[in-house]
Amino acid sequence: MGEFKVHRVRFFDYMPTAIRAMAFNAHTERLALARMDGSVEIFNFTDHYFQEKVIPGKDSRSIESLCWVGGRLFSAGLNGEIAEYDLENLRPKYSLEAYGGPIWTIISNTQGTQLAIGCEDGTVKLFEVLEEHIQFERNLDRQKGRIISLSWHPSGTHIAAGMMDMIRVFDVPTGHAVQRLLVDRGFGGSKSRETVVWSVAFLSDHTVVSGDSAGKVQVWDGHTGTLVKTHLVTKWDVLALSVSKDESSVVAGTSEGTVIQFQFIAPTLHQQQDKEWVRTRTFKNHTHDVRALAEIETAIVSGGMDTHLVVRPLLEKFDEKSHASGLRKIHFPHVIANNINLSCAKKAGLLLFQFPGQLELWRLGDSDEHGKPGDRLPLKRKPEKLLLLKRKGEDHICCSALSSCGGWLAYSTVSSVRIYRLQTDNNNISITKVSKLPKALHSAHQLCFSSDSSKMFAASSQSSVLVIALTQSECKYVHTLKPKSGSRQPIHLMTTSGDGKWLAAANSDCEIHVYNLQKLKLHCIVPVYGSCPSAMGIHPTTNNMTVVHADQQLFEYSIVEKQYTDWSRKLQKQGLHNVWLDRDTPVTHVTFNSKNPNQVVLHDMHMFCIIDQMFIHPCPCHNGLIGFSGLFYNQMTLRSLSEQERPSHLHAFKICKTFQVSLLFLASLLDDQSLVVVERPLLAITSQLPAPVRQKKFAT
Amino acid sequence: MVEHAEIRMVHRGGSKINFREPVITNDSRFLLCAAGESVNVYSTSTEEYVHDLQGHTGLVTGVVLNPSNHLQVYSCSADGTVRLWDFTDAILIKTFIIGYPIYSIYVSEKHGGVVFLVVPMANYKSSELFQLVAVHLPHSGDQEVEARELSAVLCDVSPHAGAASFGREGEYIAAVRGLQLEVFFFKKQKSYRFSLKSGKKKGAKNAFTCISCHPKEDCIATGHEDGKIRMWRNFNQKKEYTYSTLHWHHGAVNTLCFTPEGTNLLSGGIESVLVHWHYTQENQKDFLPRLGAAITHIAVSPDGSLFSTSHSDNKITIIQSCVKVSAVIQGLVKGDGVWTNLIIDPRSKALVLNGKPGHLQFYSLHRDKQLYNLDIVQQEYIHEEGLDQFEVVKAAFDARGDWLATVEERRKKGAELEINLKLWAYDELTQSFVLNTTVTAPHEDQITAMFFSPSPETTMLVTTSLDGHFKAWLLADHSDANEGFWACDFVGGYHLLKPGCCSFSADGSLLSVGFQEVVTVWSPASWELLTTLSQPPGAIRDLCFGRLSCSKYLLGASTKNQLCCWNLLTCSLEWSTPMDVSLLQTDPLSENMAAFCSQSGSSDLFVFKPSEPRPLYSQKALCTGKVQHAVFAPRDQMLESCEERTQWLNRSQLYFFTQHMDLLTFSTKTEEDRLLASSKQLMVDDSVAVTPFYLLLGKHRGQQLEKQEALTNPMAERTQLPQGSIAIKELLHTPAHVLPSASFLCAMFVRSLLISSSSAREEKEHEEGEMEREEEDSEGEADPRLGESAAWGPPEEFGAPALTKAQERELRKVKTFDHSWLSSLLDC
Repeated sequence: MGEFKVHRVRFFDYMPTAIRAMAFNAHTERLALARMDGSVEIFNFTDHYFQEKVIPGKDSRSIESLCWVGGRLFSAGLNGEIAEYDLENLRPKYSLEAYGGPIWTIISNTQGTQLAIGCEDGTVKLFEVLEEHIQFERNLDRQKGRIISLSWHPSGTHIAAGMMDMIRVFDVPTGHAVQRLLVDRGFGGSKSRETVVWSVAFLSDHTVVSGDSAGKVQVWDGHTGTLVKTHLVTKWDVLALSVSKDESSVVAGTSEGTVIQFQFIAPTLHQQQDKEWVRTRTFKNHTHDVRALAEIETAIVSGGMDTHLVVRPLLEKFDEKSHASGLRKIHFPHVIANNINLSCAKKAGLLLFQFPGQLELWRLGDSDEHGKPGDRLPLKRKPEKLLLLKRKGEDHICCSALSSCGGWLAYSTVSSVRIYRLQTDNNNISITKVSKLPKALHSAHQLCFSSDSSKMFAASSQSSVLVIALTQSECKYVHTLKPKSGSRQPIHLMTTSGDGKWLAAANSDCEIHVYNLQKLKLHCIVPVYGSCPSAMGIHPTTNNMTVVHADQQLFEYSIVEKQYTDWSRKLQKQGLHNVWLDRDTPVTHVTFNSKNPNQVVLHDMHMFCIIDQMFIHPCPCHNGLIGFSGLFYNQMTLRSLSEQERPSHLHAFKICKTFQVSLLFLASLLDDQSLVVVERPLLAITSQLPAPVRQKKFAT
Repeated sequence: MVEHAEIRMVHRGGSKINFREPVITNDSRFLLCAAGESVNVYSTSTEEYVHDLQGHTGLVTGVVLNPSNHLQVYSCSADGTVRLWDFTDAILIKTFIIGYPIYSIYVSEKHGGVVFLVVPMANYKSSELFQLVAVHLPHSGDQEVEARELSAVLCDVSPHAGAASFGREGEYIAAVRGLQLEVFFFKKQKSYRFSLKSGKKKGAKNAFTCISCHPKEDCIATGHEDGKIRMWRNFNQKKEYTYSTLHWHHGAVNTLCFTPEGTNLLSGGIESVLVHWHYTQENQKDFLPRLGAAITHIAVSPDGSLFSTSHSDNKITIIQSCVKVSAVIQGLVKGDGVWTNLIIDPRSKALVLNGKPGHLQFYSLHRDKQLYNLDIVQQEYIHEEGLDQFEVVKAAFDARGDWLATVEERRKKGAELEINLKLWAYDELTQSFVLNTTVTAPHEDQITAMFFSPSPETTMLVTTSLDGHFKAWLLADHSDANEGFWACDFVGGYHLLKPGCCSFSADGSLLSVGFQEVVTVWSPASWELLTTLSQPPGAIRDLCFGRLSCSKYLLGASTKNQLCCWNLLTCSLEWSTPMDVSLLQTDPLSENMAAFCSQSGSSDLFVFKPSEPRPLYSQKALCTGKVQHAVFAPRDQMLESCEERTQWLNRSQLYFFTQHMDLLTFSTKTEEDRLLASSKQLMVDDSVAVTPFYLLLGKHRGQQLEKQEALTNPMAERTQLPQGSIAIKELLHTPAHVLPSASFLCAMFVRSLLISSSSAREEKEHEEGEMEREEEDSEGEADPRLGESAAWGPPEEFGAPALTKAQERELRKVKTFDHSWLSSLLDC
C-alpha cells in the first residue's frame, strides 16, 4: 500500500520560447533576458540566479535587443519602437516610434547619457536619455543597407556599426563615417550571398571585433581600418559576441550551439606586449543557435533557440570548488518564480493551465482500484479538457488563479483583470464573466483565492494587496493591504491559510508580510532573509508558515507566536546537508499533508521531497567523513536496507528523483490524499524545437 | 691469428628503427636513429645505411644532437651510459657512466653541458616510477667519465619518448603523464601542474599521450588518447591558464612536433596521415595521407626542410618540403607475429618472412635493409579492428631459388578455412617472382609444413596438412611453349593420422613425414613407403635429415621431451636424449644442427653433429620464452676459426627470433674485431657518402682490374692504373682553391702519365720490393699469388677464406700506395 495515490499529469504541453537577447547590468548584477514572444525576464545573479521578475509579452511586440542604462531597461524591436520598462509594475513604461523602420539593435554609451539604435533604413539614430523619458537627438550619416549591430567605443567618441558585407566606424561628434571595413564573403556556394555582420564589439584600444554570417570572427584595427586576424570558427553564422569587462576575453556564439572563447594573450610569458587574440576554449552546451551571450565576471551566460539559459562558470575565477562553480542550465525559467502557470482546485479536482494566449481547464482522471506501490492504476474516467478560454486583447496573460472549490477563475494581463464564475453540474460546465469589477482592480501581479472562495486577493503596485469579496452575484472591493516598509517592488508570492485568517505576501525585496484578514491589517513581518523566497505555504492546522528561499534555506515561522519554530531553529543550528544546498533549482511549491501534520511536501523542477519533522535531520558535519551516500540516503537505498538497519538511517528528507528526465511543474495534495504531479518530459520539449543546423558528425 | 673465442649474442640487423625519435643532422644529410644496441646513420638522400655507432651494450633509448656541437650526438642506453659520438666518422668521443638504466634523453641549448635523463626512481627500483634528472657532464680528458651527480627535476614522469619537451629557449620543461601536465620553470625553480578529468563519463579519453613545445612562443601542444590536441597557453598561472582544442585524429595522437620556426605543428597517429596544422590558423590544415602504417614519431631537421616520420611497421619515411616522400628507410617488418618460418632466399641470400599484412618481405641481413616486398595476397588491406584478413602463413623456396611457394589462409570465426597455395616463378627479366599457379583449397585443413625437394633433377613440392594427407606437387611438363603449371602428383597418408612435419634428405632421395608418433620414410621417385620409424611416446614435432657426412641420420623431436636420432641404414634408433626441443634447425653448409630447448621459461641452445655425442656448443638460458623461429644464414665470407667452440659459426650464422620479436644472432670476438677494423679502414674518402654499395663497387672494380692484369702479366703495371686513376681522381676532387698552381700540377700530371708508358720496368722493381715486404709481413704463408689464383678459380665454398686474405691484402696494398702517392705529392 502506497502512501499516496498519484496523478501523473502529462497533458500540459507547455512550450517555452527561444531566447532572443540578453543584457547584463554589472552594477545591480541583474540579467535581463528577452524571449521571442516579447516577454522580458530579470534574473538576480547575486541570489543564485533567481528569476525575480517577468514582464509578460505582447502580440505586437518583438524584442531584438535589450540595453541597460543605469537601472533602466530599454528594448528595441522589429516593430520599430523603443520601449522602456517599469520594473516595479512589470510593464512597459512607454514606447516610442523611431521612424527608421525595424530596429535591429540598441546600445547605450558608457556614461549612460545617450542611446543609439540601428535601423533597417541604414540610419544610426542617437537618443538622449532624460530623467523620465528619452528624446531623439540626431542621425549619424545614413548608409545604404541595414544596420545590424552596433558597438560604442568606451570613450564615447566612436561607434562601430555592423552592416551587410561591411563594418562602418562613425565619429559620434561629427556624425560622419570614418572607416569602412569590408568583410569577406563565405567560401563556395555562399559567395553570392551577402555577409551579415551579426555582431561587433569595439574595444578601448580601438580594436573592432566582428562576428559574421560567414562564420568568421575578425579582429580589425579601428584606427587604420585594417584586418588584423581572421578566425574561421564555424561553417555557419557567428551570431553573438560579448566582451569581458577587462577586455581580455571575447566569446562568440555560433549557429552550431557552441560558444567559443578568444583570449588576449601575449605569445611569451613574462612579457606582456604584443598580445594577440587567440582562440582558446569551446563550450558546447546548446543544441541550437546561440542568439544571446553575456560574459560576466565569473561566468559565460548564453541562451538561444533551444530556450535554455546556460551559466557556464569560468573555473579559473574561483578559488576552490564551490557551489557557484558548477555548471548551471536553467531550463525553463518562466515557471521558477512560482507556479504561476498553473493552479489546482483541491476540492474539485480541477487543473488550470495558463499559456500566454489562453487558459485551459482540465478535470483529473479517476480510478477506483487499489494497487501495490509503483503499480499503474487503470483509469475509470479519463482526464477531460473542460474549457479553453482565449484571452482578449494583445497583452499576454501574466497570472491566473482557480479557487479551490472550482467555482471561480480569474486571470490578469498587464492592462486588465477578468473574473469568471464557473458552474459544473455533472458533465455540463457553464462560465459567466463577472461584469462589474471594482475600479481599483485594473491589473495584478499575482492572484489568489481564499480557501473558502469568499475572497480574492490581487497583488497590485507597490507591494499592496487588494482584497475583493466575492458573492454569487458580484464582487466588491473591500480593502487595500499595504506594507509598512513602503517597498515599491512587486509581490511575487502569495498564500493564504486554511482557516482564512492569514495572508502572506512576499515581494522581490525579500520581505514577507503577514496580514490578518479578519482585522484587515498587517500582522507581522517575517525577519528579512538575504535571499528571495522561492516558495512558501501556511500549514492548515498549526498556521506555521514554511518558507524556502532561493539559496535552498528552509524556515518555519509561527505566525501566531511571531517567531521561528523550534524545529526551524534546530534545523538552522544543525545546518542543511550539502547535497540539499548544492541543488541547482529552487523549490517552487510547498504544500502539506492533511493526514500527517508533520509532513511538508516540497518540489522543485527535478525532484519531489517530503520532509518529516519527526525524524532526525541528516547532519552536515559528517559530510566530509562519510560522504553523501553515508547519510543522505534516498528512498531507493533505504528500501534496500534490512528492517533493523532502516530506522537508524531514516531521516527527515525523503526525496523522490523519478522526475529527472522531465520537468516538474506542480505537485499538490488533493483533499482525498491523492497527489497531483504535473510533469513535462524534456524530450517532448526538445522534439518540438526546430531542427538545428546540419552538422557532419564523424563516423556517421 | 689469435682468437678470443667468445661467442656473444648480438642484435645484428632487423632491429627496431622506429623505437625512438630519429635525429636529422644540421646539414640534413644524415638521419640517425636508435636501432637495437647501436645508432644507425642513414643518408637522407639515398636512404642508404652509412654506418653505425657501436659501443652500447644495452638497448639504445635515445639519440639527440649535441646542442653545442652540431657534429656530435649524445646517445643514451639502458646499459646506464650516455655516449658522445662524432657521427660523421663513427667515433666514440666520450662515455659518461650514469649507473641507472636510462629511458630517454633531452637536451637544450640553454643548458650547456647538462643532459636531462629519465631514470627509474632510486627508491623504487622495481616499480614503474620514473624521474627526470639533470646530469652535469664533467669536463675531463678521459674516455670514460663517471657522472653520478644527478639532480632531480621532475618526479613521476613517463618513460616514453615524446612525453617531455623543452620550451622556448629552454626556459622550462614540460612533461605529461596520465592525466597530468607539469611545467617546470628553471629560473624560478617552480613547477605548475595541470590535470584534466578522465572524461570517461562523457566518452572522452583525456589521458595525455605526447607533448611538444612551441620553439618561439610560450605555447604547449599536447596530444590525447581520444585524438584531441590541446594548445596550452598562460601556463605560468595556476588558475588563469587556458587551452584551445584541435580535433582531427580519430585515434590517439601518437606524436606531435613543431617545426623549428614554429609556424606549423605536425601530428600523427594510427591513421597514417601526417597532419600539418598551421599555427594560429588551426582551421587550415594540410594532410599527407597514405604513409603506410601508423605514425609513431615525427622528427624535423633543424632547418625545417626535411621531416621524418617513424612508422609502426619499422619504417622511417623522409618527407621533403612538407609534401613529397623522398626516401623510405625500411627495417625488418615485425607485425603481429612471424607466421612463416625464417627462410633464406637462395638467390639473394635474403631473409624471407611475412612482413606487411599479406606480403612477404625479403630482408638483406648483411645490409640490414629490406630488399623488397612481394605482394602475395594481392588484395586491398583494410585497416579495421576485428576484421579477418588473409595472412601469409607458409613460404618455401626450391634449391636454386627459381620457385617460391606460398600459402595464405584466412580463418573466420565459425566459418570455413580459406587456403590458397600459390607458386611463383622467378623471372630473370624483372628480377622478381611472378605468379605461376594458384591452387585454391589445396588441402581441407591447415597446412602444417611445406618443402621443396632439394634434388636438382625434379622440382617437387610437398605439403602436409591436418586433413591427414600429404600431397606432392609437380611442375607439369613443358609440352607447350609456355611455362608449365603445377599440379598435384601424389596424395599420401598413413592410417588416417595427421602429418605434422616433413623433411627431405639432402639429395632429395628420401622424404620423411611425421604422422603423430610415427615417422614414415618415402621414396619420392616411386612414392613407395620405405619404412616406418616409431619411438613413442609423443607426437613428432620436428624432423631433420643430417647432411654431408651425417646424411645417414634422421633426427626427430617429439612433444614428450625426446630427441631421437635414427640411422637410416639400419633403420634403428641410434641414440635418443630427453630434451624438450622446440625447434630443430640444420645448417645447409655443414653437418651441424641446432636445437632450441625450452626449459623453465627460458631457452637453451645446443649445436651438435648427429654423429657425435658431444655438443659443439651449448648455451644455457639464451633468452626468456620459447624460440620458435631460427635459421642458418650462410656467410658471404667464411671465417677461419680454429677454436672448437666457434667453428660451427664459420660457414653460416644462426639467426633467431626471441619471444619479444628481437632478431638475435651469435657473433665471435674475431668477427667483431674484423668488422670494427674494416669500418675504420674503409673510412677513406669522405667527400662522398660512404655506403656499403659504394665500397663494394669500388672494391670489386679494383679487383677486377687486378685480376685481368694478373692473368696477362702477373707483375707488369699491376698498380699503374689504379695509381694513375687515383691521382687523377684526387686532382679532380680536390677543391680548386687548395690546389697548387696549374703549371706545377700540369707537369706532375703529365709525368704521372708518362710513367705508365716509359718506366714500367722501374716501377715493377719497386713493385717487387713492395711485394717482398708484403710477404715478409705475412709470415709462414703460402705464395700470395697462389692464394690469389685460388681466390678466383673455384666456387666460393673452398676459396672463401683465401679470398678474404687476398682481399685484405689487396686493400692494405691500395692503402700503402695511397699513402706513398700522397706523400710524394706533399714532398713535391
